[in-house]
Amino acid sequence: MNDPELLALVGGVLALLCLATVITRLLARRKGPGPVIDNLRQRVNAWWWMVAVFSVSLALGRNGVFGFYLILSFLALREFVTLSPTPRGDHRTLMWVFFIILPLHYLFAWAPWYGMFLIWIPVYAFVFIPVRSALAGDTERFLERSARLQWGVLTCVYFLSHLPMLLYLPIDGYEGQNAKLLFFAVLVTQISDVMQYVFGKWLGRRPIAPTVSPGKTVEGFLYGGAAAVAIGTGLWWATPFGPSGAAAMAAVLVLAGFLGGLVMSAVKRSLGTKDWGRGIPGHGGVLDRLDSLLFAAPVFFHLTGYYFGTNMHLTYTQPEWMRQILHFWTTP
Amino acid sequence: MKAGALAFLIRLVTGVRLDPRQVPSDGGRRIYYANHASHLDFVVIWAALPDAARRRVRPVAAAEYWESGPLRRWLARRLFQAVLIPRDPAKMRACPPLERMGEALEAGSDLIVFPEGTRSETGRLGSFKPGLFHLATRHPGVILVPVYLENLNRILPKGEAMPVPLMGNVLFGYPLAAPADDEPKAAFLDRARAAILALAHGTLESEPEDP
Repeated sequence: MNDPELLALVGGVLALLCLATVITRLLARRKGPGPVIDNLRQRVNAWWWMVAVFSVSLALGRNGVFGFYLILSFLALREFVTLSPTPRGDHRTLMWVFFIILPLHYLFAWAPWYGMFLIWIPVYAFVFIPVRSALAGDTERFLERSARLQWGVLTCVYFLSHLPMLLYLPIDGYEGQNAKLLFFAVLVTQISDVMQYVFGKWLGRRPIAPTVSPGKTVEGFLYGGAAAVAIGTGLWWATPFGPSGAAAMAAVLVLAGFLGGLVMSAVKRSLGTKDWGRGIPGHGGVLDRLDSLLFAAPVFFHLTGYYFGTNMHLTYTQPEWMRQILHFWTTP
Repeated sequence: MKAGALAFLIRLVTGVRLDPRQVPSDGGRRIYYANHASHLDFVVIWAALPDAARRRVRPVAAAEYWESGPLRRWLARRLFQAVLIPRDPAKMRACPPLERMGEALEAGSDLIVFPEGTRSETGRLGSFKPGLFHLATRHPGVILVPVYLENLNRILPKGEAMPVPLMGNVLFGYPLAAPADDEPKAAFLDRARAAILALAHGTLESEPEDP
């Protein structure tokens, strides 16, 4: 947190929140109390908390950031599984998912052991989940139950964990500054959500997918997305990209964020609910705030890697202490 | 203090919320009755109550389970102040359950009871034992509060030792009218049971009747 550019980013967001708080107060005074104003006030208050926790995690450095996303993944997966009906036969599988698979994934990410981070969930966890459920003996809707759990782990844990992994991207001339890259990704994706909501309420006419998410409109997406790209471009000085690179990456975040939100809305509808939970007043659940980041995180992570031609596989091989743990029973 | 901290921890782990608006504090004695599928059931009702109501409440629980082992005994006796009822018929004759519960009510406590008598294997709502009816007729001033517990059977099902961290929910309903003078036992129990099913809004199924 002793990076003046990072402090400037945090300061900028705090200034934006002050502005939002003042506008909310003025609106409340002019229009009087009502459900829309109450919801707006709740949302702005929740933003203060979210920004505070996010900033503190960055200030705590690598451990703080990984701890923060570990908790977020846990809460998101909890909301996901709570809404997906799991029968008795899945109880033990769920214990493994919550208490073994999730923490180990973050351990591999934090270590970092890049190869294992990439395959731990798509290979080992995905093999394990149906096996454990099959051993429990319940065959009713088996494929559906396994697929649902795998999807939950993939999105809430695997995809989300690409955000803290941004700290490890080796970029020449940007060493020790990766926290700003993480800030950029989260800020642009979330601002894009807010802008699309604001422009959608203001100018929105044609819904994009009325059956999935009636709030998403063509106008909201185009104008809100453009505003978010403009803000992202304006922040190019904090990123390893040039101005045009920052614009392109912001556009990627906006598009992936939009699609992530759309898909998670469809999942929500198929589970028969409007909100993922009630954890964040005014917003719904933790997943309602994270949905756009889920798809944006891995796409942004890998595209940034390609952009700078980094090779994480060679930079972050298996750590020595993990190799020793895995070898202890084979050495005589 | 200790109890308040534990209640907070339980709410954190089970996702149950403290909602003081749901439980009116008019000073009357009350019996909370709920669907039963998990060992966590009375614990989460206890944790979801506001401080004052929590201090007054005593869960009714099976003596055999809660008296085995020092930790359980301490939890049941000291912390939750449970009214422990033996399952064994011989012991039950020695100290009749209804009298134990009646003593607690007269001493100024509220009660948490599970009229199904045992935890549901399937998560569905079973038939009610007549105890609730007798309590209500013997203590006419007592307010009967239906409580619906959602997802607790998934967090800690019968036969499992470790809970998974899903989000549960405790819903308190409007008080149930006391049994009318000429209301038969079965009709009252049906009414009490229907109040919980209504709270569940279709998320709780009824156990099919025995043939």
